[in-house]
Amino acid sequence: MLTEEQAGEVKPEPAPPTTDRRLLRRQRRSRWDVKLSPYLYISPFFILFGLVGLYPLLYTGWLSLHDWDRLYYQQGEFSGLENFRFVLNDPVFIKSLVNTFSIFLMSSVPQVIVAVCVAALLDTHLRGRTFWRMSVLVPFVVAPAAAVLIFGSVFADKSGLVNAVIDGLGLEPIRWHVDRWWSHFAIASMVNWRWTGYNALIFLAAMQAVPRDLYESASLDGAGRIRQFWSVTLPMIRPTMIFVIVTSTIGGLQIFTEPRLFDDTPNREGGADHQFMTTTLYIYVKGIEDQFYGRASAAAWILFLIIVGIALLNFAITRLLTRRSGS
Amino acid sequence: MSAGSAADRRPGWVVYALLAAFVIGSALPLYWSFMIGSHTKGEAAQKPPPLLPGGHFLENARRVFDTVDFWQAMLNSLLVSGGAAASVVFFSTLAGYSFAKLRFRGSNVLMGFVVMTMAVPTQLAIVPLFILMRDYGLLDTLLAVALPSLVTAFGVFFMRQYLLDAIPDELIEAARVDGATMLRTFWTVAVPAARPAMAILFVFTFMTVWTDYMWPLVALQETETLQIALDRLALTGQGQTTDYALVLAGAGLSTIPLLILFVVAGRNLVAGIMQGAVKG
Repeated sequence: MLTEEQAGEVKPEPAPPTTDRRLLRRQRRSRWDVKLSPYLYISPFFILFGLVGLYPLLYTGWLSLHDWDRLYYQQGEFSGLENFRFVLNDPVFIKSLVNTFSIFLMSSVPQVIVAVCVAALLDTHLRGRTFWRMSVLVPFVVAPAAAVLIFGSVFADKSGLVNAVIDGLGLEPIRWHVDRWWSHFAIASMVNWRWTGYNALIFLAAMQAVPRDLYESASLDGAGRIRQFWSVTLPMIRPTMIFVIVTSTIGGLQIFTEPRLFDDTPNREGGADHQFMTTTLYIYVKGIEDQFYGRASAAAWILFLIIVGIALLNFAITRLLTRRSGS
Repeated sequence: MSAGSAADRRPGWVVYALLAAFVIGSALPLYWSFMIGSHTKGEAAQKPPPLLPGGHFLENARRVFDTVDFWQAMLNSLLVSGGAAASVVFFSTLAGYSFAKLRFRGSNVLMGFVVMTMAVPTQLAIVPLFILMRDYGLLDTLLAVALPSLVTAFGVFFMRQYLLDAIPDELIEAARVDGATMLRTFWTVAVPAARPAMAILFVFTFMTVWTDYMWPLVALQETETLQIALDRLALTGQGQTTDYALVLAGAGLSTIPLLILFVVAGRNLVAGIMQGAVKG
């Protein structure tokens, strides 16, 4: 570390009064250089983040407490919690919350489990390991918008691949775009498709950081591969587990592109009956399309608090569970 | 490699088979996109659907180009993603260097703040961002699309973690003894050492901005990025029977640039994801 004191030491001896004044000035400039530069270098981040991150977030809070004149684009009067009351009594909002959670659970739980398994497969002495690592990441290259359109066709109600298979098995085809829970399943499957390989690489990195002698001593104790996985690997990757679960919570509860573009009705508000409208889509429809800024902001704050709450809860539960299985 | 591996020997065929199954499953939707995109609208709507490629991809591509201004959209995506990635890399290296190697009052608190903001779902604030852009007359400009992505907390965190070990303190002190200013030290010592991480961060940010759909949808009206062009294409394709040949040809075409980037810089991406995880 370069401290201010050290930086001062490397300067020439303090100049006696007779010395050139230029040297003094340069020294003083240098001292300011050392003092101010660190702040100067980090300031662009804080200024820009404040402008496009923090300020809008606080402004959302302010908007949510005010009425908004949609005709004249004017800030209305302070309305207290009126917007929150409206949103919480709006059946569409409640429906969007349930949809969000349903899609989130269908995507996050299987995703983490499969990702850990794929990571365990990759964490062996594979031939061509770069090839395999890059291969599992291919879906990540496909933009969510493109992915939804592709999956919309795979899960098409009439001509889709999945229904063709179901039909071939002699079962009743599923109306993927109409039936509420099946539409959640279709949306969750595209999220899983895009993110499982990505998370597998994160788990793989954590698994490779596990000290080898732990496996050796477990092996000496007579633990087989499966047992080693449960009693060594899983407890050791706990911090990464928490990291992945928390980040996928933050991302998963804000899902927008998929429900927006999965819709084959022209309104695109999450299906004719909002059967797969998520809360972020609700915020978009209310705020940007219908211009109810206050209500959209109230909805955004409610979702924000839920996300923070769930992330903390996840953190606590994962700690508890993995600690128990580790002992 | 693989110091903590559970397997000391080469894995058996079962491991390869399971991985191959996963990879094939991962590639299937992409195959489906180009396969359906190579059939006529009528063929694509058949029951059961075709399973092998047809001969109409170029025809469908032409229909895509007639429906949306694909090349302009791609250029716009390139400008926004390239600009944002360059900005993120520059500011993150600057801030990451400062946090990793310079000592100053409040550095720990400020870094804690950066880490905390990584967990803040800022995209929930689209309404104020939209109002902000409208009030400053930026709606429907590429600048509006890029603005929220010019810095990321992840970038700062990532560069800091990398630079902690990448630059020996003696190197900085030596440059200082030679009389280099702080900025000169940054350019001659930090930037060369940071290059590998800068490449990773660039690719990562480029992809994130390129694939973003929500914010361009809010910020743009007439102007299109590639994702917004896909949005319009999907609307055009809607109808009594959806024109999947058109829509999926567009989805496939829009993925080609990133597939090329992936072939060139996929290793960087893999390294970035794995490094970010271990140190995170």
